[in-house]
Amino acid sequence: MNYFQLPLEEWTNTFVDGWLIPTTSGLFDQISEWIAAFINGVTDLLIMIPPEIITILLVLLAWKTAGKGVAVFTLIGCFYLGSVALWPESMQTLAIVLVSTLISVIFGVPIGILSAMNSVVDRIVKPILDFMQTLPIFVYLIPAILLFGLGGVPAVIATFVFAAPPAVRMTNLGIKQVPEEVVEASRAFGSTPKQLLFKVQLPLAIPTIMAGVNQTIMLALSMAVVASMIGAPGLGDTVLTGISTVNVGLGLTGGLGIVVIAIILDRITQGLGKKL
Amino acid sequence: MKKIEVNKLTKVFGPHPKQGLKLLKDGKKKDEILADTGMTVGVNQASFSVEPGEIFVIMGLSGSGKSTLIRLINRLIEPTDGEVIIDGENITKMDKQSLIETRRKKLGMVFQKFGLLPHRNVLQNVAYGLELQNVSKQEREERAKKTLIDVGLQGYEDSMPSQLSGGMQQRVGLARALTNDPDILLMDEAFSALDPIIRTEMQDELLKLQHRLNKTVLFITHDLDEALKLGDRIAIMKDGQIVQIGTAEQILENPANDYVSQFVKDVDRSKILEASHVMKKPKVLTTDKDGPNMAIRKMEEVGASSIFVVDRDDNFQGLLTIDDAIRSHKEHLPITEMLRDDVHTTAPNTPLDDLIGIAADTKYPIAVVEEGVLCGIISRVSILSGLVLGKEKDNEGATS
Repeated sequence: MNYFQLPLEEWTNTFVDGWLIPTTSGLFDQISEWIAAFINGVTDLLIMIPPEIITILLVLLAWKTAGKGVAVFTLIGCFYLGSVALWPESMQTLAIVLVSTLISVIFGVPIGILSAMNSVVDRIVKPILDFMQTLPIFVYLIPAILLFGLGGVPAVIATFVFAAPPAVRMTNLGIKQVPEEVVEASRAFGSTPKQLLFKVQLPLAIPTIMAGVNQTIMLALSMAVVASMIGAPGLGDTVLTGISTVNVGLGLTGGLGIVVIAIILDRITQGLGKKL
Repeated sequence: MKKIEVNKLTKVFGPHPKQGLKLLKDGKKKDEILADTGMTVGVNQASFSVEPGEIFVIMGLSGSGKSTLIRLINRLIEPTDGEVIIDGENITKMDKQSLIETRRKKLGMVFQKFGLLPHRNVLQNVAYGLELQNVSKQEREERAKKTLIDVGLQGYEDSMPSQLSGGMQQRVGLARALTNDPDILLMDEAFSALDPIIRTEMQDELLKLQHRLNKTVLFITHDLDEALKLGDRIAIMKDGQIVQIGTAEQILENPANDYVSQFVKDVDRSKILEASHVMKKPKVLTTDKDGPNMAIRKMEEVGASSIFVVDRDDNFQGLLTIDDAIRSHKEHLPITEMLRDDVHTTAPNTPLDDLIGIAADTKYPIAVVEEGVLCGIISRVSILSGLVLGKEKDNEGATS
């Protein structure tokens, strides 16, 4: 089938090595610095606060948003993380998940809103999202390392690429789902586009947007192990050590830790989505 | 000055509306344009005007373009061509900000599916229009509470829309439109989603409110009975065009074309026609000059067994039957002593509906009396023929 030669590999390498890295490294260094500071700040905070207090806060939050059952599960889960001696690793993972989710929401929700309102933006954004979700993770891990070095920062970037699409898509869906007659009524009474967005469309889209945020968090957690491959600390690292030393027990301990955090965050965000 | 003036307002949906517009102006039909270009004509060069304080009804079946037309008025849909002038201001040429201001101050709208904000309670919904104008919370809630009283919803301030019945939700919709105190109410099939009984109730209430607040109302409906009940004037739409504008009377009696006459064929005429439409000029006996002989002769002439009696000024006196006339003749009694006053009388504007029962009960015609003067009589035959044929044809029948 090779009727003609497509030197995509060469082109890409020339582009990345010859132009992208030399010209943009300053910019990426700056971004890298900000994200690193952000991750470190959150991690330090989570580790600094005594586990007991974090546990109490999480249990209360779970109780408020998701009910008694989830609160009990959260309590047991926190005891598990403590008793397998993985509390600091758990907090590191939690920090990376929170930062990636926050970045995903900061970019994803406005893009979702724009694409819901403008069909041109929608047509541009959709294929990009498809690309982000289906391109094998390892493909963009390499340039992520090249641009941001090893550690938590490329992990957050890679997680963002993988986990942001649901935030965009669900925001878009949430806005489009607002009943036409409600939008029409608001316009008929003289709402400006801004008033329409903040008083009608966003409040009515919140449950759907929260479902998107929930998905983003789940995807971010599922990236924990992969992120550790490029040097992110946390439970993923524990699992990775388990794999590389053929220590089944360690792998399971770390893996269960990820599952526990996933379930707690999932139930809390789902409950929050229903409450809002 | 006219409140609303609409000139050749046109909407073509599709990729090249201007091309569609040109075809329309060349006299092409809606379905020809759809077949040739794939574009849909929503509204085709509609023109009409609405007087201040008038209820103007636009009636048409689904797909006739009536809902598009009302949205062109406040530019929820952008017109392709033509103009809308409200209070002398050209809405179609306004910039965005003035359009928003006009919508806020002058136009209230009520929707078929209510369009209430589901995440806000009744009070916040009703105050929404004022909130958009940045009126202080205290003032807007005060005004909202007042309109809630107007529409009979006091005590429901804190309910959520989903907790209310359809009829009550639409009261909220109406209250929301009234709170801004606009001059004009745009009502898009406002009562069509309601149960028949609730709908009648809401119609009566709208008429009462309109009477009190004197708003100009543009009312869209697919229900002819509703149109006839509410409309001071009615425009009938078909295929995006207005085919006839007139009062209920004019449309019922002189349908502009077959389409309109098909439409009005099934109308319950008993509710539209009034006593004055079917009454006939009676042969009467005048107390001052006529005696029993004259009475008998006149009855013989028309082949009736009774005759109505008036005084010199046409004031209604009573009914003289043939038996009483003969007795008066034989016993030389004045006819004024023989008059029956147990005849039914009615006012000229009484709906036929109310007369059907009376007509069935009495063997004499009903006298139509206005301020004591006998204007006409209604027999059982004229009620029935009025119901079947309408008044005009009935009159023709009487003269020919």
